[in-house]
Amino acid sequence: MKSKGSNYFRSIFAHVMLVILSFMCLFFFYILFVNATRSHADLQKGFSALPGAYLWKNLMSVANDGSFPMFRGILNSLVVSGSSAAICTYFSALTAYGLYAYNFKLKKAAFTFIMAILVMPTQVTAMGFLRLITNMGMYDSLLPLIIPSIASPSVFYFMYSYLQSSLPMSLVEAARIDGSGEFRTFNTIVLPITKPAIAVQAIFTFVGSWNNYFVPALVIQSKDKMTVPILIATLRGADYMNFDMGKIYTMIMVAIVPIILVYLFLSKYIIAGVTLGGVKE
Amino acid sequence: MNTKRKKIDYSKWGYIFILPFFICFFIFSFIPLMDTVRYSFFEYYRSGIKEIGPNFVGMENYVSLIKSDMLKYAANTLILWIIGFIPQIVIALMLAEWFVDARLKIHGTQFFKVVIYLPNLIMASAFAMLFFTMFSTNGPVNSILISLGMIKQPVDFLGSVTGTRSLVGLMNFLMWFGNTTIMLMAAIMGISPDIFEASELDGCNSIQRFFSITLPLIRPILAYTLITSVIGGLQMFDVPQILTNGQGTPDRTSMTLIMFLNSHLKSKNYGMAGALSVYLFIVSGILCFFVYQMTTNDDPDGSKAAAKKAKKEKRG
Repeated sequence: MKSKGSNYFRSIFAHVMLVILSFMCLFFFYILFVNATRSHADLQKGFSALPGAYLWKNLMSVANDGSFPMFRGILNSLVVSGSSAAICTYFSALTAYGLYAYNFKLKKAAFTFIMAILVMPTQVTAMGFLRLITNMGMYDSLLPLIIPSIASPSVFYFMYSYLQSSLPMSLVEAARIDGSGEFRTFNTIVLPITKPAIAVQAIFTFVGSWNNYFVPALVIQSKDKMTVPILIATLRGADYMNFDMGKIYTMIMVAIVPIILVYLFLSKYIIAGVTLGGVKE
Repeated sequence: MNTKRKKIDYSKWGYIFILPFFICFFIFSFIPLMDTVRYSFFEYYRSGIKEIGPNFVGMENYVSLIKSDMLKYAANTLILWIIGFIPQIVIALMLAEWFVDARLKIHGTQFFKVVIYLPNLIMASAFAMLFFTMFSTNGPVNSILISLGMIKQPVDFLGSVTGTRSLVGLMNFLMWFGNTTIMLMAAIMGISPDIFEASELDGCNSIQRFFSITLPLIRPILAYTLITSVIGGLQMFDVPQILTNGQGTPDRTSMTLIMFLNSHLKSKNYGMAGALSVYLFIVSGILCFFVYQMTTNDDPDGSKAAAKKAKKEKRG
């Protein structure tokens, strides 16, 4: 049959395209990995497709560099991203539950308001934000990178959709009849039910916060409080030709490896999570 | 029979549960927004160690922004966004169609999905730094091209306007096409299989099917992808900032609006930064309105309303 033949060629074409695109996605990370395992002198000689044996030495020189405290930066980033993910998901679930389970006068207005600011860029308030945290004495600290994530409209929307599809109100009423207080009902019944949604959103919030550059670069000044993206930017700003290139590649690798590891283990949930909320960043 | 009991009023708990969100929003977004708007009407900057202002100047900041290079930077942002978005949407549509089409028997679908989504999670600043080192004149890309004999002299990718813009576009493309593919795939899978079966019986080939069935039916998701991508493009910062070290080189042709805002913030020119923020706020407010319409309306692309209107006209 004619259409069978055409499907055969389309299939081959599709596979070739997919291989090319996958190659494009992985090629740069492969070069990054290879170059991170080679010494500066070796790198100057030109490109090699095979990794060298210099990775450990490069890692040590990254760890011992006082002017770019990379591992301190990773620690700061972990603190900021971890706390943001925790409080963002908890309070978003709380807000979503508040709007889903209760009837009150301002319910509609509150929901409409959150939906209206769903995709509002944070950059437009950056100037006032900077002045506000300076006046509050939080300039050059990690707190202003964490606390604002309590109000995350897109995470709220995801949680709200999830509650709509998976929390029957009869469950809440049953808990009430058993004498459970409202907060206890939320913490012991609602939260466990929303665990899958919380897990997905925690990952996305963590990654978003880990990669965030604009706000931290405005807020953080001192070296020992810098997060990873600021350190990378500092690296770019320095006169890089005088650097050990092997070390630079290793620094970039160290910055992205934690996320790649998380992704390799959780890719199934992450990919499923992209479409669930229907909201991208 | 009168068993009607007075129902316990739980409404106060609703307020208590949503309170943290609104307090946090009020302090960290609303107050800053008001402050930003207020200072946009003031002359307020730092010259050396001297602080000038705040003196009320009315609309002066807005006018001088229009006269400055702001529109040029807006055009840069638009160009950089388009270079990344067009290949992104075309490739994503193609891939989504292939992944869903069972007759193509794509092998390793899960593997390909994992790989194409990977760049979306990579730190944009580290990715840009990686591209900067790779495409520098003595970087690996040049050395590969030379050893393959494709070029004689190293190419200064970051020294030319086209080179820099293409690299930013390429990075945006790589970072977002996987995400868009997965979104569109979900949309295509949502179409009833009956429609595809019927079209096959009618002798529709795959190209006809794509253009006259799939494309019109996923229009709402396409519109949503477009608008959210425009909002993302408006916020473009990390990639060009790191790639060009905040200079928008060559000759500020890759300077985006947020990079411009960042440079005002860094130099503590609060008046100008405020006015620029207000411009951005207005544009993103309009875009937010479209997203609001799409996420809360069950007739997102106006097709139902159009159908109703057509019906009415037919009758009348």
